[in-house]
Amino acid sequence: MTHCPAVQATHESSLQGWGRLEMVRARVARPASVAEAADIVRESGEAAVTPRGLGRSYGDASYDDRGVVIDSRGLDRYVAFDDETGLLRCEAGVSFADIVRTFVPRGWFLATTPGTQFVTVGGAIAADVHGKNHHRVGSFGAHVKEFTLLLASGDAIRCSRDENAELFFATLGGMGLTGFVVDATIQLRRIDTAYVVVDYRRSSCLEDSLEAFEQGDAAYEHSVAWVDCLATGPTLGRGVVMRANHATRADLPANDSGAPLTLPPRRPWSVPYTPPMSPLRPWSIRLFNNAFYAAHPDRRAVVDIGRFFYPLDAVRGWNRLYGPRGFIQYQAFFPRATSMQGLRELLSRVSGSGVASFLAVMKSCGPADGGLLSYLEPGHTLALDIPWHGSDARMRELCTAFDDVLLRHGGRIYLAKDAVTTAETFHRMYPRLADFQRVRRQADPDGRFSSALGRRLGIVVN
Amino acid sequence: MHRPSPHTLLIVGATGGIARALCRRLIDRGYDLVLAGRRSEGLAALDADLNVRRGGCARTVPFDALDLTACSTLLARATEVAGGPLHGVVVCHGALPPETKPVTVESIDQAFRVNLVSAAMILEQAAEYFEQRGGGVIAAISSVAGDRGRQSNYLYGSAKAGLTAYMSGLRNRLHRRGVAVVTIKPGFVDTPMLHGRRLPAAFLVSDPDRVAAAIVTAIERRRDVVYVPRFWQPIMIAIRLLPEWLFKRTSL
Repeated sequence: MTHCPAVQATHESSLQGWGRLEMVRARVARPASVAEAADIVRESGEAAVTPRGLGRSYGDASYDDRGVVIDSRGLDRYVAFDDETGLLRCEAGVSFADIVRTFVPRGWFLATTPGTQFVTVGGAIAADVHGKNHHRVGSFGAHVKEFTLLLASGDAIRCSRDENAELFFATLGGMGLTGFVVDATIQLRRIDTAYVVVDYRRSSCLEDSLEAFEQGDAAYEHSVAWVDCLATGPTLGRGVVMRANHATRADLPANDSGAPLTLPPRRPWSVPYTPPMSPLRPWSIRLFNNAFYAAHPDRRAVVDIGRFFYPLDAVRGWNRLYGPRGFIQYQAFFPRATSMQGLRELLSRVSGSGVASFLAVMKSCGPADGGLLSYLEPGHTLALDIPWHGSDARMRELCTAFDDVLLRHGGRIYLAKDAVTTAETFHRMYPRLADFQRVRRQADPDGRFSSALGRRLGIVVN
Repeated sequence: MHRPSPHTLLIVGATGGIARALCRRLIDRGYDLVLAGRRSEGLAALDADLNVRRGGCARTVPFDALDLTACSTLLARATEVAGGPLHGVVVCHGALPPETKPVTVESIDQAFRVNLVSAAMILEQAAEYFEQRGGGVIAAISSVAGDRGRQSNYLYGSAKAGLTAYMSGLRNRLHRRGVAVVTIKPGFVDTPMLHGRRLPAAFLVSDPDRVAAAIVTAIERRRDVVYVPRFWQPIMIAIRLLPEWLFKRTSL
C-alpha cells in the first residue's frame, strides 16, 4: 500500500541469549526483503546494528542495548535447489529445522549440523558452527559456497572463496560483526535414509574416551562423547562414546524400510515457564548421570536423525530449567598435542568446584577451514553447561580459572557460547584477531556492526 | 501424497505475514496455489520458495488492491494462470492505516479500498464463479478489530466490520449452493503489519504459523466464523457485551 513506509518500523523487545544470564531491551527490526534490510542499515544513522537469528548463541552475541537489532527471521525463503548437485540457495533466516523437514524426505541432509536445528543459516555462518563430524568434514563454513553480505554502506556484495575472499573468511565465524548475511548457497549431502547406525561404547575414564575417538575417527563419520562431570579420581572423564554412520536401506529393520527417508514424528515437550528454583542440582545431576551411564551399555542401535543429532530439541525451552538466573555453556577447545592434559585439568576443576555440569559433551575436531575467528583445529572440544549459581563473583572466578587452563594449554573458547570471558583473555586466545579487525575496518570503516559480545571482548572498538 | 479436494486455491495478498505461512502449510498438504500479490519482488521470492519446497505447486498473478480494475479482473486472470478450475479463494490482503492524527481523507479512502472494497469485488467474482461450478470454498481474513470499534483503530476496525458483515451475507446467499464461506478473525499476530505498533502483552500476540494452521483447519472443515487463536472468541464476546455507556469510557 502506498501508505506503508519503505522501511519497517522497529519495535521494542526484550532479548536474551540462550543462557538467559541477562535481559536487554532493544529496538528490533525484521526486514522481509534485502531492500528493506539495506534501508534499515542505511537509515539507522550513527546507531549500531546487531544481526540476530533464532537467538541460540548462549551469551551476548545476538543483541546490544544500543542501536538496532536486525532480525533475519523475515528472510526465510528458499531461492533455488539443484536436485542433482545438492546446492541450496536460501535466505539467511531459513532455519536448519526447515531444511531438515524439507530435504530429508528428498534424500538430502545438512553436511554438518550443531546439536540443535533451531539455528538459522545466517547464524550458522556467523558462528561457523560445527557438528559431530568435524574431524571428517570440518565446520559449517566448509560447506558454504558463497553468501551475500549486506555492508554498513547498505551495499550487498557477494563473498566466496574466489570473490571478496578476505571478507568471506572474516565473516565465517565473525559473529555478525562484518555485516548482515542476507542469503547463502550451501552444499547439502546425500543420505540414503533418515537414520544413523550408532555404536555406543562406555568409556571408563578420559584416556579411554580419547582413545575411542582416536580409533573410531577413521571408521565413523559422527562421534561424540557424553562425559560424567561428577566422576573423579581414576574414573575422571568417564562417559559414553557415541559413534555413528548414516544408515543405508539395508541397515534398517524390516518395519522401517518402507519409508526410509521419512522422519518419525516426535512429540515435543515444552518448559512453559521458568521454575523459581532450578531442579538441576548436583544431587539430581548425579542421579541422572548414573542412570544415563547405566542405560547405555555397549551396543549398536539404529536411531533417526532427529533423535541422534537433536536430542534436546524435543524439549522446547529447556534452557528455562536452569532457573531465573540462567546458565553458561563453557566450550573449550584444546589442540591435539595438549588436549589430554588440558581436558584432565579442566575436568578436575569442574568436579572439584562443587558446581555440576548437567550436560558435558566432548568431540574431536579436524583441520581448520580458514575462518579468521573460527576456533577449531585438530584436537578436542569439551562443552559444559554450568548453572549460574551462588555469587556472581564466585562464578566469574570459576570461569577465570577455566580460562587459565585453556591459556596454559593453547586452548580457546567458542564465541557462540561465551558470555563471560574478558577482552584480554580473548585476545590471547585468538592470534588472528588483528587480521580480522583489519578486514572489518575495510568493510565497515565506521564500525557500525556491533554487539554486546563484540564490545565486551574488544573485537569492535566502541 | 494425499491430494485434498479442493486442490487449487487462489491466495489473494499472498506476501503478507499470515499468508506466507498459510501458503507453506497449504502446499505441504498438497494444494496447488495461484499467488496474487502486489510486491512483485516479494511475490517472486515467495513463488520461488514454494516451488523449491514442492516443484510446480505455485504460480503468480500480479494484483494491487488499490487498483480496482485489476481487482475486477483478478479471478479471470487467476483461472487463466491456473490452467484449470479453481476450487477455492482465500482473501488475505489488508493493511493497517497509519496511526497519525488527524485522519486524512486519503487514509480513509485507502483503508476502505484496501480492506473492504477490493475484497468485496474479488469475493463477489468468487461467489459467481463457485455458484456456477456448484461448489467451492471462499475464505477471507477479517479481524477481531471488526467486532467493535475502538478509539485506537476504528478505521481499520470499521472496514473489517464491513468485511465480516459482507461475508455473513455471502454465506447466507451461498449456503444452498454448496459453497462454504469462511470468515477468519485473527487477533494480534506477529507479522510485519504490526511491527512498530503498540502491542498488548506478549502472550496475546500469536505466531503466524499457528494462525496459518488454524486457517487450514477452518477451510478444510468448512467452518463459518473462526477466531484464531480460539481464546479471542470469549474475549470478543465479553467486549461486545459491554454496554456502550461503559465501553465509551474505556481506553481500548
